[in-house]
Amino acid sequence: MATPFLNSLAQLKTRDYIGPTQNQNYKGYGLSKGKEREGEWDFYWCDVSWLRENFDHTYMDEHVRISHFRNHYELTRKNYMVKNLKRFRKQLEREAGKLEAAKCDFFPKTFEMPCEYHLFVEEFRKNPGITWIMKPVARSQGKGIFLFRRLKDIMDWRKGTAGKKLTSLEAQQARSVVNPSGSHDVRSSDDQKEEIPVENYVAQRYIENPYLIGGRKFDLRVYVLVMSYIPLRAWLYRDGFARFSNTRFTLSSIDDQYVHLTNVAVQKTSPDYHPKKGCKWMLQRFRQYLASKHGPEAVETLFSNMDNIFIKSLQSVQKVIISDKHCFELYGYDILIDQDLKPWLLEVNASPSLIASSREDYELKTCLLEDALHVVDMEARLTGREKRVGGFDLMWNDGPVSREEGAPDLSEMGNFVTNTHLGCINDRKKQLRQLFRSLQGQKKASS
Amino acid sequence: MLQEESDLSLTIAQIVQKLKGSSLYAQLERQAWASLQRPEIKLESLKEDIKRFLKTSGWEKKLQNAVYSELSVFPLPSHPAAPPEHLKEPLVYMRKAQGSWEKRILKSLNSMCTELSIPLARKRPVGEQKELLNKWNEMGTDEPDLSLFRPVYAPKDFLEVLINLRNPNYENGDSLSFRTHLGLIQVPLKVKDIPELKELFVELGLTTGQLGIDDSTQVPPELFENEHVRIGQKVLAEQDSAAAQQYIRQGSPTALRAELWALILNISNQPEDILYYEQLKTNVIQHDLLVDSLIYKDVKLTASNDDYYFVFEDYLYQVLLCFSRDTSVLGHFAYNSASPPRSYIRGKLGIEEYAVFYPPNGVIPFHGFSMYVAPLCFLYHEPSKLYQTFREMYVRFFFRLHSISSHPSGIVSLCLLFETLLQTYLPQLFYHLREIGAQPLRISFKWMVRAFSGYLATDQLLLLWDRILGYNSLEILAVLAAAVFAFRAVNLMEVTSLAAAEAVLADLSTLKVMPLLQIFLFATVT
Repeated sequence: MATPFLNSLAQLKTRDYIGPTQNQNYKGYGLSKGKEREGEWDFYWCDVSWLRENFDHTYMDEHVRISHFRNHYELTRKNYMVKNLKRFRKQLEREAGKLEAAKCDFFPKTFEMPCEYHLFVEEFRKNPGITWIMKPVARSQGKGIFLFRRLKDIMDWRKGTAGKKLTSLEAQQARSVVNPSGSHDVRSSDDQKEEIPVENYVAQRYIENPYLIGGRKFDLRVYVLVMSYIPLRAWLYRDGFARFSNTRFTLSSIDDQYVHLTNVAVQKTSPDYHPKKGCKWMLQRFRQYLASKHGPEAVETLFSNMDNIFIKSLQSVQKVIISDKHCFELYGYDILIDQDLKPWLLEVNASPSLIASSREDYELKTCLLEDALHVVDMEARLTGREKRVGGFDLMWNDGPVSREEGAPDLSEMGNFVTNTHLGCINDRKKQLRQLFRSLQGQKKASS
Repeated sequence: MLQEESDLSLTIAQIVQKLKGSSLYAQLERQAWASLQRPEIKLESLKEDIKRFLKTSGWEKKLQNAVYSELSVFPLPSHPAAPPEHLKEPLVYMRKAQGSWEKRILKSLNSMCTELSIPLARKRPVGEQKELLNKWNEMGTDEPDLSLFRPVYAPKDFLEVLINLRNPNYENGDSLSFRTHLGLIQVPLKVKDIPELKELFVELGLTTGQLGIDDSTQVPPELFENEHVRIGQKVLAEQDSAAAQQYIRQGSPTALRAELWALILNISNQPEDILYYEQLKTNVIQHDLLVDSLIYKDVKLTASNDDYYFVFEDYLYQVLLCFSRDTSVLGHFAYNSASPPRSYIRGKLGIEEYAVFYPPNGVIPFHGFSMYVAPLCFLYHEPSKLYQTFREMYVRFFFRLHSISSHPSGIVSLCLLFETLLQTYLPQLFYHLREIGAQPLRISFKWMVRAFSGYLATDQLLLLWDRILGYNSLEILAVLAAAVFAFRAVNLMEVTSLAAAEAVLADLSTLKVMPLLQIFLFATVT
């Protein structure tokens, strides 16, 4: 499989950076279009819908690669992620104590609706006056999200169309026996209900003190490439960006009636995004800005806390995800920073948008894809011992990876510095050149 | 000897006079009175004891910083009998040129005013005041109709004025010789050549460590960076302005920059300063000025469109609107060749008692003015501190970039310095560009007028401005402009039109400032 093909794949996917296009054909960039169903492909950057329909009955050769894990939704659907994280946290507390378990407290308190409605009400009553956010589990781009402060607001919402479905499901839940481990199989719950597709929601504690820059709220988009879950091998891309909202942050925009959210949903990247010239900052700039305000140590702490989020979230689904050696996945993590410089995980996207909104964005995403394909290594050029490929740094290799050159990867923390460089200089071209030159040299020597 | 002594005593007298009116004097007095309570102050040796106390408690340092600040800003008196205009600008023809330029600007402003029939100033009705107060932190969300407003002038208009500047006492002669200046600026001011610049910027030399070069990823931090940071922290602990200014010539670590600049500019964030800022804010709320719309328009056209500064839009309004009402800025016109425009209360044209300065701070913003403030938003977040820093930077440096004067840091000298450097050290490039109708100054002028803000990447810009503060001079802008041309000389030699030359130099955002300066000054064969 020639490298030029993979490079042109990267080009194709991000070719239109001036505004959105509707004909982004994500399906079937195999050797020949349309052959995907016949399985005559070596590499497929597929759609999740294709995956759901076809993965189970597709035979794949040893060398074949596909860009999603079968049940990635364990990580990317908010309600499943919460369950997995809660379970992992309990396990950590049992095995390693409260301190270690507290490292999983990067996800705002979340309750699945409707089955945890009563637990939610209990928590709600314990903390009067705080703001909550209601999010649909499987939708993206901020659709259907709203904020509320009073239980009355949920009552009103339930009375609307979404609510009708919810009340019917609530009734069902009351009758049936709830599986203690929580059935994650989408299809079985589909079977239970009648013709109306039920939409699951989660109620989550809204972070009321986000870190603001220029009075504006923002979130961070970070890219993590997972090559396998068992053992867990994950790479972190050095670049990413901060997405700013167009409006100034204020809590007073929540009315007493239930309102649709405007100041959070807007900044999700979507093809319908307001084409203001780049409301994004590259992560390097963001890191510099923070360092000039808070000093380099505080920034180091923040970024290593973010590393912790990535690793713990992946560990929490490690045993649940069907680890198929053909699969890899590029996740888009959405992180929110609060005023105490604590990072919070908002969500994980299995299909992060690869449509570019500006020249800089286009550069970032083409390079991201190119490097991802280098890591996937269809051409079998890498030795498997590399700690850096282009803009990707090996973050976790069945254990923490140290930044030190050549030293064996230590398992105790001590003076350990992790091999992550988020927001740092990305001299990927140079690194790739050196890497491939030395690999070529090694090959010649061994032949 | 006698002359020097009398000069010195004159300077001392002037500085004492100036400081007597400042809040520092009042504070020192208070401290001295309070110290009388202390046991170590004895009646017999009152004077010595109080002096010693002020020394140990750090007040002497503050006084030193204030004196140093005055010395940096105020020009030394040349002759006791020199009239005040000489302090502003010693050359008559320059004064005249500045005067007629100001007349033009004012005419333009007045005609805009009449055309749109908007008063220069009006009091806001109470409802509007309340609304503005509510929206103070998000004025950027306002979308007023600004289509009828035009900026009063743009840098290129100003360039035309400078090109036509002539010294009536100087006869060039019609014959061309090797001495003929090929550039656009045709006034005989003294500018430095590279050997002199090397002496001035000695800390930028090849053997001295720099931030912007010796802190790159390939260089281990033990070689320079760690030690430099340690020294910076020491300087901040000592609170010594002069030491900070010397230190920052090698660049400032990111984490220390905000404090270092505040120390060098001698900015305190006392309650009085915060109160002053609040007062300015109240002025903004109560009165609406025509220049406000000009400021809005400028921010929307420049900073809001910038990929990185758009975030700080609201801060820019908060700073610039208050700036235009700050009458303390009028003080800098004592050494600025410009004079604040005057306006008359309606119906009382020409009557001196009814004359006011308009805008209250005497500074009419032009296209791109807001870019002076934008980089500072990276460093300061409390509005009053951001405001003070900007004001200090303006009255020390930025005003020179848009007034006609013979000062070595004035824009005329910078242009001449740039052209001379290019003509002397890159003659082939200069001649070629001139032949194709692309006079280099036409491209680099906008960079210098804005002190490169919006053209360089922010971290590089801040490293450049570190050096402006460190050397208390803007000459480095001209040197950088020449260095950029030298860097892209190969491509520029191949272009055949002004537009193509502009294209080669359109994007400076990838440039690393310090290596360029070092190579141009210290590593080029002269």
